[in-house]
Amino acid sequence: MKKVIQIMSCEEAIKSIAPHSRVMVGGFGLRGYPEDLVDALAASRIGDLTIISNDLGSPGVGLGKLLTNNQIKGLEGNYYNWNPEVAAAYNEGKIKVNLLPQGTFAEGIRAAGAGIPAFYTLASVGTELAKGKETRTFGDKEYVLEYALPGDVALLKAEKADELGNLVYCKSARNFNPIMAMAAKYVIVEVGEIVAAGELDPECIVTPHMFVDVLVLKGR
Amino acid sequence: MEMSEEIAKERIAKRIAQEFRLTTNRLFLNLGVGIPTMVADYVNNANVFVQAENGMLGVGPLAKSDEEDWQLINAGRQMVTMTKGCSFFDSAMSFGMIRGGHVDATVLGAFEVDEAGNIANWIIPNGKQLGVGGAMDLVSGANRVIVAIQHQDKKGKSKIKKNCALPITGFHEADLIITEYAVFAYEDGGLVLKEIAPEVTLEDIRMMTEAAYKVSTTVKTMDVA
Repeated sequence: MKKVIQIMSCEEAIKSIAPHSRVMVGGFGLRGYPEDLVDALAASRIGDLTIISNDLGSPGVGLGKLLTNNQIKGLEGNYYNWNPEVAAAYNEGKIKVNLLPQGTFAEGIRAAGAGIPAFYTLASVGTELAKGKETRTFGDKEYVLEYALPGDVALLKAEKADELGNLVYCKSARNFNPIMAMAAKYVIVEVGEIVAAGELDPECIVTPHMFVDVLVLKGR
Repeated sequence: MEMSEEIAKERIAKRIAQEFRLTTNRLFLNLGVGIPTMVADYVNNANVFVQAENGMLGVGPLAKSDEEDWQLINAGRQMVTMTKGCSFFDSAMSFGMIRGGHVDATVLGAFEVDEAGNIANWIIPNGKQLGVGGAMDLVSGANRVIVAIQHQDKKGKSKIKKNCALPITGFHEADLIITEYAVFAYEDGGLVLKEIAPEVTLEDIRMMTEAAYKVSTTVKTMDVA
């Protein structure tokens, strides 16, 4: 069972994030990430976080702020070339990075939300990213074992919610948000608009409210 | 051989587009960043549907300034347009399409490719970058892998190597290598030279290519129009 959906401010919402949490953040290349929630997390200075996200924004922009503020202990994700401060912090030993192929990263999140602890994939077999990982042959191909990537809290972005917490997205801002909604224990979603239940077309709802705990309205 | 980078890239993109121009079946195509993105400009075939791994099927041309939509980007963060019948989906479905063998072809750039069909395109280990993107999933998942690459680096060294020196993205994954001077197919465990550009000879290609390859008995002149 879950509490009824709560609508609150960003500052209030991120009080649910404790130091050392695994925080999932939706978005791809600064699209579809929750700007206000990330700003509030940066302002809170909560530290020792493991951030699970595709990328880390740009230097000092979006999730990049958390690195500038030294709030990050570890990263699990796919592509940090848009923020060279990540490689620098990694080289200095300030942060740990679990770098995964994008599809493996996405499937790890999907698996966590769907109750699957691990899965096999062809991606990265034999490469530096598969070093030390278990492999198994199916048919005539070798696959690498990859683990589910669960989160304690997810900070997500959707275009619109209804008051129950059903979500719809906008274009390529959807990206990792729907799968992260399933993969974290506590899900906070920043939305542009909240409408009455029944106003969203049931055929068009992408994320059912079962996966959502808190809504925040962007700009409030 | 002297050719400006701009002309070389355009020629590679145009030649790759020929691979898709005549299909009468629906063909699902993923395009990487750089030269591959340019391929879309030359395909001119309504049966070709471009997939972007950040969650879009039906990627149109790059957006002109009056068409720009902040929330509508390709995997290289460029603002793009939608074609009719375009759809959006989450990242797990997107890579399910790729890993599941539903994407017919992927075109990607590379730092190096070698005679075993190995592709190196994800990192230059100089400590400045930390990212992999979708390339490892794409080379292992797409049915056909086309490498778009300039034949030589800026110092005139072959980028078609005997053995890749840089970290590998995928082993034995390249099906076709297209440069501004040549087309190589990976066939029966080795590279086969299929086409050469009109202004070069077989000997020129031999001189500028480090990898071992066979010359096809039906080697053709590359259409560079």
